[in-house]
Amino acid sequence: MANKYLDMNTPVIEMRNIVKRFGNFTANDGINLTVHKGEIHAILGENGAGKSTLMNQLYGLLKPTSGDILVNGKKVDMNTPRDAIAAGIGMVHQHFMLIQPFTVTENIVLGDEPLKGVRLDMAKARQNVVEISERYGLSIDPDAKIEDISVGMQQRVEILKALYRGADILILDEPTSSLTPQEIEELIKIMHNLTADGKSILLITHKLKEIKESADFCTIIRMGKYIDTVEVDKVDENDLASMMVGRKVTFKVDKPEQEPGRVVLDVKDLRGVDYRGVEILKGLNLQVHAGEIVGIAGIDGNGQTELIEIITGLRKGTSGDVMINGTSIFNKPPAFGFEHGVSSIPADRQKHGLVLEFSIEDNLILQNYEKEPFSSKGILQRPKIFEHATQSIETYDIRPGNSEKRPAGTLSGGNQQKVIIAREVQNDKDLLIAVNPTRGLDVGAIEYVHRHIVEQRNKGKAVLLVSFELDEIMSLSDVIDVIFDGSIITTIPGSEADENYLGLMMAGGKES
Amino acid sequence: MKKKKSFLEFVSDNTFIHILLSIILGFLVGAIFLVVMRLSVGEAYGRLFHSVSNVKGITYVIVYSVPYIVAGLSVAFSFKTGVFNIGAEGQFVVGSMAAAIVGIRFGTLPRPVLVILCFLVAMLAGAVWGIIVAFLKTKWGINEVLSMIMFNWIAFYLSNFLAGRPGIKSEGSAEATANISENATLLFSKDFIKKMGFAPTANGGIFIAIVIMIVIWIVIEKTTLGYRLKAVGFNKYAAEYGGINVNKSIMTALAISGALAGLAGALQLMGMGGRISIFSSQEGFGFAGIVVALIGCSNPFGVFIAGLFYGWLMYGGSKLNLVGAPTQLINVIVGTVVFFIAISVIFANLKYLVKSKPGQK
Repeated sequence: MANKYLDMNTPVIEMRNIVKRFGNFTANDGINLTVHKGEIHAILGENGAGKSTLMNQLYGLLKPTSGDILVNGKKVDMNTPRDAIAAGIGMVHQHFMLIQPFTVTENIVLGDEPLKGVRLDMAKARQNVVEISERYGLSIDPDAKIEDISVGMQQRVEILKALYRGADILILDEPTSSLTPQEIEELIKIMHNLTADGKSILLITHKLKEIKESADFCTIIRMGKYIDTVEVDKVDENDLASMMVGRKVTFKVDKPEQEPGRVVLDVKDLRGVDYRGVEILKGLNLQVHAGEIVGIAGIDGNGQTELIEIITGLRKGTSGDVMINGTSIFNKPPAFGFEHGVSSIPADRQKHGLVLEFSIEDNLILQNYEKEPFSSKGILQRPKIFEHATQSIETYDIRPGNSEKRPAGTLSGGNQQKVIIAREVQNDKDLLIAVNPTRGLDVGAIEYVHRHIVEQRNKGKAVLLVSFELDEIMSLSDVIDVIFDGSIITTIPGSEADENYLGLMMAGGKES
Repeated sequence: MKKKKSFLEFVSDNTFIHILLSIILGFLVGAIFLVVMRLSVGEAYGRLFHSVSNVKGITYVIVYSVPYIVAGLSVAFSFKTGVFNIGAEGQFVVGSMAAAIVGIRFGTLPRPVLVILCFLVAMLAGAVWGIIVAFLKTKWGINEVLSMIMFNWIAFYLSNFLAGRPGIKSEGSAEATANISENATLLFSKDFIKKMGFAPTANGGIFIAIVIMIVIWIVIEKTTLGYRLKAVGFNKYAAEYGGINVNKSIMTALAISGALAGLAGALQLMGMGGRISIFSSQEGFGFAGIVVALIGCSNPFGVFIAGLFYGWLMYGGSKLNLVGAPTQLINVIVGTVVFFIAISVIFANLKYLVKSKPGQK
């Protein structure tokens, strides 16, 4: 994909030999980066490789220990984000910084409002916002409240916020981690619109596919060290992955042939409503056998969330039944389902999976704190809990090591997920539910999660996998169920899955 | 430069220092008021410190502190478990009144039995007052802060009403209840107080406070109950996902917190007051508990120290008029301390002050 807007003679950003140390820890060790006008430049690295540290220095949130930053050929001192904004750099953080009850316009102009005398000129603000949004094809409703618009829209608001402040260089930090595939496609389109207008984009990501689809150049960072800068057209995803991880990565999951056993999860004619009270599950039937992975493919909003919430006891269904090994757990509290064999890796690990303020050792006993050996007669048995954590940290390769007493919130996303997997897998239940288990994780961590899921299947557990990553569904599932409009509209063996066919079915298409 | 920076970092990262700074700033602001009023700062603060220069003063401070410590533990416990018990005031009042009724009507019971009975009814009354609010919250989603504030007023008027009922009201002309039976008080014997040179109201309440402090610490840190309540407090979604009954936990947390506030009321009555007056406005022990919990960072041991500090200010403050300074000065100091603790995040960011100065490497 040749980018005709890329001007290789005009470097807009040069970071030279950047070193950043925190105490004894070197987060960035001599990193070089050059971005040109009109270029989309990806920064690729595993979680904790030092990508965000590097970008935070460019945006003035951190100060380099040594090294120079040049913007448009001139050396600048980035002391605060204000300096960065003045130099024409804008940053869209992974977690949006928007005020929920404010409108789109109010959020965009906040801190830089057009004034009429001393009063805020809202009409002018709105007009400015509409102008910018039309110029770059970022359509938004300027009067909508942030709390009412989708995540994809919120991201547009963030991008507009940066553009409104006159940014010529945009840093996008993991911009796709919470977007749907359609939203990702639109984002890439927007990025191309921006470069066509002479803007440059720094894209922090660990998703190889998106780099291939959008970026011109890619700089790879591994454990704080500069590895290489490559022209994206000249490498393939496997090359990028091995450079990032430092070893060969297998995307294919090894899965021995295996006959499924008895029915473990049986969902019968399930009906339920969503948070607005609108019926969203319309008589759904589903079975998962021992020793098999059933993947649910579907576009977000077709009832997946509600299905899982009903199975795990977080939501009540209106009718139907959910059985585990022949026992109904329908409309019973979560603890009941757990006792009868349900364990799960929730979609939102920070909301449902972990108590971030709790230490790792305490998070590892979330369902079992009342059981021997972790407590006895209502008193927690700290040595036993610690021992359990030590052993889990080692077995499940949770990093950093010796972190039994560390709050879970201080871990990287991948390691938080490992804590949840360690807990759920060791619960040793007959059914394992995994919802978007690799969202936001890097290639190394994805490989790890997939291996553990397949291992559970091989041990004879029933696995129910819900994922918006079609690749994930296709590579892991023994059986794929396509969910559309509240029911399973087709069931196909995983080995016969085909992306186009699945895509068609997910959109509700009938077999011809 | 290097050394100074590490000092700032030390200040920024140490919660205890933040509290200390807040207290110092509180006294500084108090001093400004004194200067404006053309009063001697040295004399006023000297009086404050002088108040604890002898055994009598120290025992007074301890006696003053007991209800603050226990009310502080009540609120701290609620903070730890994710609910904000602004209703400690009302729970304190109903606890106090329950203990008073028992202490007046069953005055002939032997002392140990009566004291324990008073404690139990006070805790029960406080717990019930807390549970009602928790029930309204979990059953119908009624905001607990609103209902607690209303329940504070209900408790206030209920107490005033009961204090005026025959059989409870003082037989004299006082607008208060009768005195509770001597068997219901925690006071040391007169001879012992005289021999030791203690304050006349010296009593055993502080030992109860110490026991409660340790029990609460154990519950929070060592028990499955504490684990469950904290999990709900930090992240009720994850707790629910993990199989914890969130509503039951909120009820339990408020019941325990309410029982503690009720006990604080009993301790105040049985240690100091001896009777309950018909008040024209809320006394504010429960609200003081919020302040104490904040100063003590919701840590049981911290709350204990904070309660002593608060008790000292209250006792020492009552002596300020001797030097012509208004006793309200104490409220200014306390208010300022709480203000700075509430915004103590600015102390935590002190270390960035140096970093953001331009031209420094």
